[in-house]
Order: sequence, then structure tokens, then C-alpha cells
Amino acid sequence: MSISIAEVNESAKSALLAISSATDLAALKLVKIEHLGDKSGLSKASQALGKIAAEEKAAFGKVVGAAKAEVSAAYEARVKVLETERDARVLIEERVDVSLPASNIPKGGLHPLTILTNEISDLFIGLGYRVAEGPELEAEWLNFDALNIPADHPARTMQDTFFIEPLDSKLVLRTHTSPVQIRTMLENQPPIYVICPGRTYRADELDATHTPVFSQVEGLVIDRGITMADLKGTLDYFAQSIFGPDVITRLRPSFFPFTEPSAEVDFFFNGRWIEWGGCGMVNPKVLEVCGIDTSEFSGFAFGMGLERTLMVRHGITDMHDIVEGDIRFTRSFGLGIK
Amino acid sequence: MKIPISWIREFVDLPIDIPLSTLENAFVNVGFEVEEIIITGADLSGPLVVAKVESIEELSGNKKPIRYVGLNCGETDIRFVICGATNFAVGDLVVAALPGAVLPGNFAISARETYGKISNGMICSARELGLSDEHAGIIVLPNESAKPGTDAISLLEINDVIIDAAVNPDRGYALSIRGLARELAASLDLKYQDPASKVDASKYAINSDGIQVVIEDPSALSVVYIRSISDFDAKAKTPIWMSRRIEKCGMRSISLAVDITNYVMLELGQPLHAFDSTKISGSLFMRRAGESSTLKTLDGQDRKLDKEDLVVADKSNALALAGVMGGASSEVTESTTSIALEAARFEPITIAKSSRRHKLSSEASRRLERGVDPSLAQISSARAIDLMIELGGAKYVGSSKAGEARFAPIVSFDPNFVSKYLGTKVSLAEVEAKLIVVGCDVSKKSDSEWLIDPPSWRADLSLAPDLVEEVARMIGYERIPSTLPTGKSGAGLSSIQYRKRSVANYLASNGFSEVYNSPFVNPAFVADLGFVGDRAKSFKLANPMSEEFPDLRTHLLPGLLLTAVRNQGRGASDIAIFEIGSVFRNTEKLIGPGIVGIESVPDAKTKEIIYKSVPNQPLHVGAVVAGKLAGDSWHVKSSNFTWVEAIGFAKSIVESAGSVPNTVASDFAPWHPGRCAEIQVDGKPVGHAGELHPRVIAQLGLPERSCAFVVVLSAIPFLESKKSQTLLTMPPAIQDISLIVDEKVSAEQVEKALREGAGEMLESITLFDRYEKMGEGKISLAFTLVFRAEDRTLTADEVSNYREAATATAAKNCGAILRS
Repeated sequence: MSISIAEVNESAKSALLAISSATDLAALKLVKIEHLGDKSGLSKASQALGKIAAEEKAAFGKVVGAAKAEVSAAYEARVKVLETERDARVLIEERVDVSLPASNIPKGGLHPLTILTNEISDLFIGLGYRVAEGPELEAEWLNFDALNIPADHPARTMQDTFFIEPLDSKLVLRTHTSPVQIRTMLENQPPIYVICPGRTYRADELDATHTPVFSQVEGLVIDRGITMADLKGTLDYFAQSIFGPDVITRLRPSFFPFTEPSAEVDFFFNGRWIEWGGCGMVNPKVLEVCGIDTSEFSGFAFGMGLERTLMVRHGITDMHDIVEGDIRFTRSFGLGIK
Repeated sequence: MKIPISWIREFVDLPIDIPLSTLENAFVNVGFEVEEIIITGADLSGPLVVAKVESIEELSGNKKPIRYVGLNCGETDIRFVICGATNFAVGDLVVAALPGAVLPGNFAISARETYGKISNGMICSARELGLSDEHAGIIVLPNESAKPGTDAISLLEINDVIIDAAVNPDRGYALSIRGLARELAASLDLKYQDPASKVDASKYAINSDGIQVVIEDPSALSVVYIRSISDFDAKAKTPIWMSRRIEKCGMRSISLAVDITNYVMLELGQPLHAFDSTKISGSLFMRRAGESSTLKTLDGQDRKLDKEDLVVADKSNALALAGVMGGASSEVTESTTSIALEAARFEPITIAKSSRRHKLSSEASRRLERGVDPSLAQISSARAIDLMIELGGAKYVGSSKAGEARFAPIVSFDPNFVSKYLGTKVSLAEVEAKLIVVGCDVSKKSDSEWLIDPPSWRADLSLAPDLVEEVARMIGYERIPSTLPTGKSGAGLSSIQYRKRSVANYLASNGFSEVYNSPFVNPAFVADLGFVGDRAKSFKLANPMSEEFPDLRTHLLPGLLLTAVRNQGRGASDIAIFEIGSVFRNTEKLIGPGIVGIESVPDAKTKEIIYKSVPNQPLHVGAVVAGKLAGDSWHVKSSNFTWVEAIGFAKSIVESAGSVPNTVASDFAPWHPGRCAEIQVDGKPVGHAGELHPRVIAQLGLPERSCAFVVVLSAIPFLESKKSQTLLTMPPAIQDISLIVDEKVSAEQVEKALREGAGEMLESITLFDRYEKMGEGKISLAFTLVFRAEDRTLTADEVSNYREAATATAAKNCGAILRS
């Protein structure tokens, strides 16, 4: 049996027609069997190639090869077209309502005090500070005496202190995180750059703006040539990082036994001045009791309430929300992702 | 302190129309917070006049006394008004609001008919005019103090501005008109006249006439003056200008003698005390109370005196608690004509201690415990004698003095230090000017050494920074620029800080909400939860906010459980909360450090004593889960949180810290005795986890099977950085082993045995099934073991050998039988 070139071309032609006529992938599959399968005209032409005389072989082979390549290419192209058509149809049918919620994903959260504490710690770590912490149940000497607040001095009654029984234990719930500063200075020589966040206690009734258990963050810097301008600059940087780049601060003269000069720091936020905390240059009496040479070193310290900072920043109007542990409050802050 | 601007104007040339905001800022800029500005008289308009009572008709038949009063208001006709007060008589001068007047509270006065009469105005009390809280009767003015018809608004100086300035404890001198006027003048750069300089004390020389005084304890006071007068007119009334000023400062007018002492105290800052001389037997002694002495104070209380209390005594009795409150026995009364006036410069600490001991804070003690100008004992007592002579017709008898005024030492000061300390240039001329304005005398030895003599009222100016503060507040803190110093090396977070942060993030990411609970707990509640042993040894507050919560927490669970209950009460159904915080256990033998001074740096031993007086306060993380960790969704139901997850979370915290936790069954309140694991590291407990005790759950009304866990973050070992193993890439061989064991054998024991037997090629082991219904107290545990070699694919024979070895060890150690 012999096959002519004309027959080959005819097979190819009908194959191409069938391919282009196939309207779905199933039909195309049948076309493939018929026109490219073992029993198709083109396959037979290939099989016949072996029996052809040598002098005709090259020319015939070229024709068969070209025909097969053309048909195969047409087939592949058609597969792509039909697949695209199918995808367009079927995947659209699988569409869903993407607004459906996934309420089975756990929704926990960090308390905003934690988020703020982390933020402040990182901010000051970036300035070369260390985060220093200490016990909440603290020696009276570290909480008061060493800070130049002698017993029976009116300054001691400024802070309503929780005392522990028996009174000769000389233990108090720290009224500020300043004893951490004292511990730091007693154990380290300058330069000292520390930030001290933590829980503090004063006997104030819980109301919309006060709580007997609250949180503070204090900063302490002792180094050569530290000035009050350094204090102001640090507070500016701190305030701008927490409340926004346009925030300005002001210092007002005040009194704390452990600083001289002392100041209150306010910041201007949403059109008004808001009291933020206390600060000043560390009183030489405090430095001396901690064994720091005041002829060589000077320093500043500042302290502010974290609850108050949170309330202002987030517009929290009632302290109860911060202290009552309502999960709706915590969850509303999520993980504090910025 | 409340100060009327009208009084300040006597010593400071304030512009007539100075805006209130300027006044406020002037005080704030130099360190006095303004708590309130009260504009008096703004809500009152006349006519308000002085009226003389011409007739009184008592109207009977009413529930309360009612008078129909005829008033001479300086008009042609007598004006009649109805009045409900009775503290006046015919001939008295009173204050009448006439029709057309409007009193505070928008109370318009008009002629009206009442009690069957026409009332043509109203006789006013001090409260009705907004002058004070006095409302027991109407105002009766001193006789002859004004003509009927005089405008009472100006007579009573009703239109004024009162500033309430907060005075910090280091500025006792500013608890006076003298002090605040000086600050205001300095702040506004205005002329100031010191009221003390107007007093001539020399005319009352020290002599041996009148009551004499002796200081028995010189550590309690430096100087005291006793000045005596006689023939004081006990009936004389306090002039209106004086009583009004006293009232505007927030005190009450009482009697002329007492008013004079208060007036001088308000003006100059020196508390004075007036004794009835006839009640003093012999001389006065400034001495400690000594043993078993009592004193009835002016407030009518019988007080048992502490032996350390300083008293003013005559030879037989304590007459006054010095500097705090006078005694009743020597009180100046309506019949007193001879007065001994005491003015002393007490040591602040002495007065502070007495005041604290007797829980008695008076206007006097408030000033004395902050330290009063030592020069004032002499001056203020002279000023008061002047007033007693002028207003009470008194005759001067004599003065006695003991001790000497002591003044603050001269301070050597490098004025260049101001610029260095503030970080801004302040010229030496400016430094000098500002030190002078606050009252210092400056003498210059050189440009770098000045001798500063602080004013008598500023004993607190002893160190260079004290002087810097004075200059700084006078030039204004806004002059201080902004520079940012940075540390030399940022060490980052410490290990425990990092751990705390990581654990919080871990739990929050997994559905737990963080809370901060109060550490104050109720001991009965803690006992109900079943806490015993060390966990029941709490510290007690000496002065709790509430008797209900007097103890410090020894554990996080009491607080967490109550917070879970609160959330449930507010409608939350699935509650997963956690807290990270310190707990306080009174388990160590603590020794109080006694009294440690601050005169020197504590030595190593003293520091150790102080540190050891403070208990160890471990850091815990605790969690309570009531309900599900995640909610149900529209497409899937979430699974319940059970004891399995509780223990799993606790273990995973330990694992994350790099330690290997093992679990031991534990009967530990408030957990379920059969469903609580003690988590151990190296055999030491680091936490507990599991289901809560059903009794606790029922008591609190929490959902059944609620769970909790606690891990002691500070007890998990801190390890060096974990070494990472190279990941093996050859194909794994997976083997499942199903074993039958006695139900008393723990899964962890079986796993441990399998691990031990499986050999080095074991990569992981996971329990995938547990079947309980085997009968005869047996259970089935099925594990998946994954084996892998570093360098080749393991052969079937090799893997089979490992599997058999693992099973054999489980059989040997746990009595496990391979389940067929």
C-alpha cells in the first residue's frame, strides 16, 4: 500500500478542519484520536515511510513531518482556546461571597498598656537606653528616703502610700518606679540611660480618671554634661513619637524632692495643653546617696502615667475601661499592629 | 492658697486692667499652679445698702420666727421688710438688698407681699451675697462702721478676684500674701513692697514685763517671742476690711483677737497664737510633753499627748500643742482682756510629727511644717500687737524672747553653672538680677565665684541647682532649648523582658485577651478557691482601700477568675483571658532594714540588708478559658477548649523558651484533682494547667469544664541560644505503632519509652489515637513514628528493626502490648 503526497495533504486538511470545528474539550479529544491517533491518515503515512524507495523518502518524509507538525500545533492551540473558554465559564460558576466572615479565627489582643509599654521601651532602646525593672513591693528606703523624701516630710504625704504589715518591715507598694532608678544608680556607675516602666500604687479611689493601681514610665539619664536642654529634647522626642510629629511640649516650674530644678511637662494636643508628668534635673542629694560623683556627672529624670497617656492618645474617657479587664476593650486593640 | 487680688495690690503695683490670663500665667510661669480663679460679685448687682434697724415687729402664728423690720436705708422714709433671722436688734447696722437688686443664683429682689405685709427688700446673710458659707444669721456690721444708705457692695469689697494658687511643699513662704505678692511682682517685673518692712518691731523691746518664756528643748525651735498686752477690748468687733480679707482667703472671722492672729498669718506667713494671760501660771515653757500628759484642744477634743509632742506649757500644765493647735483652758474668750501672743520659729519636722500623730492639720501646722521665715517671729508678733492696740484699744505690757533666729548659710556659687546646667546661655548680669529679685544678696569674689546670701525665707537654697532653679523660673523655662542625648550602647531587652513580651504576643495571637487585674484580693475568696500552704501566705496591707481586699495576691487566678465572671456578666460567652504579673508570697523570713540614713552612700552590707528586706516577687503568666478559644463561624463549629489545650498551651510556653516540659498528674486547687498537670522542667515545677475544680466553676457560675493555666515565667531556665540542627533531606520512613497499656500508664511515659527504644534515626513521634474502651482497665495508644537517616534512604529491614526495638522498650518499661 502506498500513500500519495496528495493523500497526506488531504488528511492534514481534514484534521485541521476537524480541530477547528471541535467546540469543546471532549469533542477535541475524539478529534485527536481520529486525526492524530495510530489509525489516523497521518500515522499511516508515517508507517508507510519505511516502505518507500530511498530516492523518494526524503521528499515524502518532509511532507509528512510538516503535515504532522502543523496538525499538532493546531491541536495544542485549540486545546488552549477551549481550556480558556472552559475556565472562564466553570470558575465563574464557583464564585463565592468573599464578604463572608471567618469568626472562627481566634481574636485575642494585647492590653493597650502592654502595647504602649513595648512602644516606649523600643523607642528608648533606639536611643541607647536599657529597660530597667524592679519589685512592686519595695523597701521604703528605696521608694522614699533615697529620693530625698524624708519621713514626716510633707512631700511624703503628697503620695498616698500603701504600707505593708507589720510596719517595721518597712515595705511599701512603690508609689512610683523611681526606686528602680535608685537601684540602678546604686549598682551602676554612669553613663546611665534607663527607662523604667512598671506598675505603681497610690491610695486613690477608682473613678473615671484615677486608679489605685496604675502604671508609670520613668526615664533616667546620668552622664557628663547633661543639661536641662537635654531633658527638654528627650521629652520632645518622646511626645512626638507617641502623640505625633507636630506635638510640642512645655515645662512649668514645679517641685519634687528628687529633682532640682523640677518641672511639670505638658504637651499640646487637639488644641489644648495636657499635663503629662513630672521631670527635672536629678537632685545632687540623690546622686550622692547613690555614690555618683556630682562634680563629674549630672542627670535628668522624668516620669509619666501610662494610663493617662493612653486615655489622651486613644480618647478613652473612663479609667474603668482600662482596669476592669473587659475583653471587648482589649480586643479592640488587637495585637497593636501599626 | 486663696488670695484676693485687692490685698495683693497693697504691695504690688498691678495695672488696674490687668487681664486674668496674665495673672494666671504669671503665677504658673514661676511655679504656682492656679487651681481656680474666682470672680466675686460678678453675679450680684445692687442696690445693696447699709441699713440701720429702726424697729422690729415679731409676727406670731408662723412655724418659724418672722420679723417685720423697719430700716433706715438713708432714704426719707423708713423701709419695711420681712426677715426670718433673729440675730439682730434695733440700732444694728445690716445689709439690705433693695428692689431691683439681683443676688447670686439670679435671685431678683422686688417688693412683694408675704406674711400679710409688703416686704420692700431683703436683709442679707453672708451666704446670700456669696461672701462665705455663713448662713446662721444675717450680716450685722460693726456699730458706726458706715452711714445708712452707704453702698454695701463697695463697703464689703464684694467685687474682687480671688486666685487659688497651689503652693508646693518647698515654698512654705508662699503660703502668705507677702510671699505670693513677691512672686507675682517678680514674674511680671513689677515693683514690690515687702509688708514685713513696714513693721517697726523695735518699739516693742525685750524686757522683763509680761509673760516670760523659756526654751527647754532647743532642738525643737530656734526662737520664740511672747508679747503681752492688757486692757484689750474684748467686745471690739473686727473691722469689715479685715474680716472680709480673712473670708476671701477661705477662713472664718471669729473674734477680733483671733482674727488679728489669722490676718497677720495670712499677710506675713507666720502662725501666731494668743493665750489669755490670766490663765497662764508663771512663765511659758517650750518643752516636750513627756509622759502621760493630756490636752483639751480648741476643737474640743481631749488628746493624749505623745511624749515627743512639743507643747507650750506653764509650770503646771500643757497649754497648747505647739504650732498645731491651742488648748481650751487658755483660750481667748469674750471676756479676755490680757493676752500673751506667741510667735516661734519651730523646726518643721517637730510640727510635722505632731500634726501626723494627731491627724490634725491646721493652717498653722501647714505653714510651720514647711518652714517659716525665722525673722518673722519678731516682726509678725509686733505687727499683731500694733493691730491689737489700734483695733482693740490694748495697752502694751512687754516682750520676752528665748533663743535666736537661725538663718541659712551663705552659698558659694559659680554663676557660669547656670548656663552649663540649663544648656542655654544666661548672662551673668541676668543671673545676678534674678537672684536679687527672689531676695538673695549677691557678692562677687570673681566672675566664677559669687557668695550668695539666701533670703531669710528661703532656707531651701543651699546647693547650686537650687539657685539654678530660681534663675530658670524667673527667666522662664521656655528659654530652655531642646537637645537630644543618646546612650552609648543600647543593650536591648533583657531575657525576662523579652520572654514576657513573646509570651504575651503568643497568647494574644492565639485568641487570648490580655487583662491587668488589681493585686488586692479578698482572703475569704482565696481560701474558698482552696489555696493552701505557701500560696495562702499573703502580705497584708496596713491601710487597704477597702476592708474587702486587704491582701496582696499570691497567685494570678483569683483575679483572673473574677474578671472572667465580670465578662460573663456583661454578656461575653467565650472568654479567654490572660495576665502577666508579679505575685507576692509571704514565705521568706524577712528582716526590716531598720533606720538607714541618707547622709552617706550605703555600704555593700547595708545595701544587702535593704535588698534582702524585699521579698522575691516571681513573674507569672496565668490564663482562664471559659468557653471556646475561637468562636463558631457560619461554615464551621469551633471546638471546645479543654484541659488538653490548657496543658498544651502551658507546655508550649515552656518549649518556646527552649526547655523540655514534662507533666505529672497533680491534685492542686483550684484545679480539678483528676485533671490538673504540674508542668516540670528538670523535675522542678514551673506551672500548673488543666480543668478547674467543678465546685469552683459552680460557685462562680462559669461554664462547665472551664480551664486555667499558670506558668512561672521567672522559673523557666534561661538557656543559651539553641543550636539549630541541619535539616535532613533523605526520604522519611513512617511507622504507626498501636499499643495496649494499663490505663494508669501515662501517654508521656509510653512516648518516652518508644523514643528511648527507637534509636537515633527517630525524627519525631506523635500520638494520633487514644481508645479507652478496651476493657479490663486497658487502653490503646497509637503513635506515628518518623525515621530518617542523614545520608541514605532507610531500608524496610532497618525501619522494621527500629520499630521492634521501640515496641520492646515500651513493653519493658510500660507493660505495653502491641495491638494486633
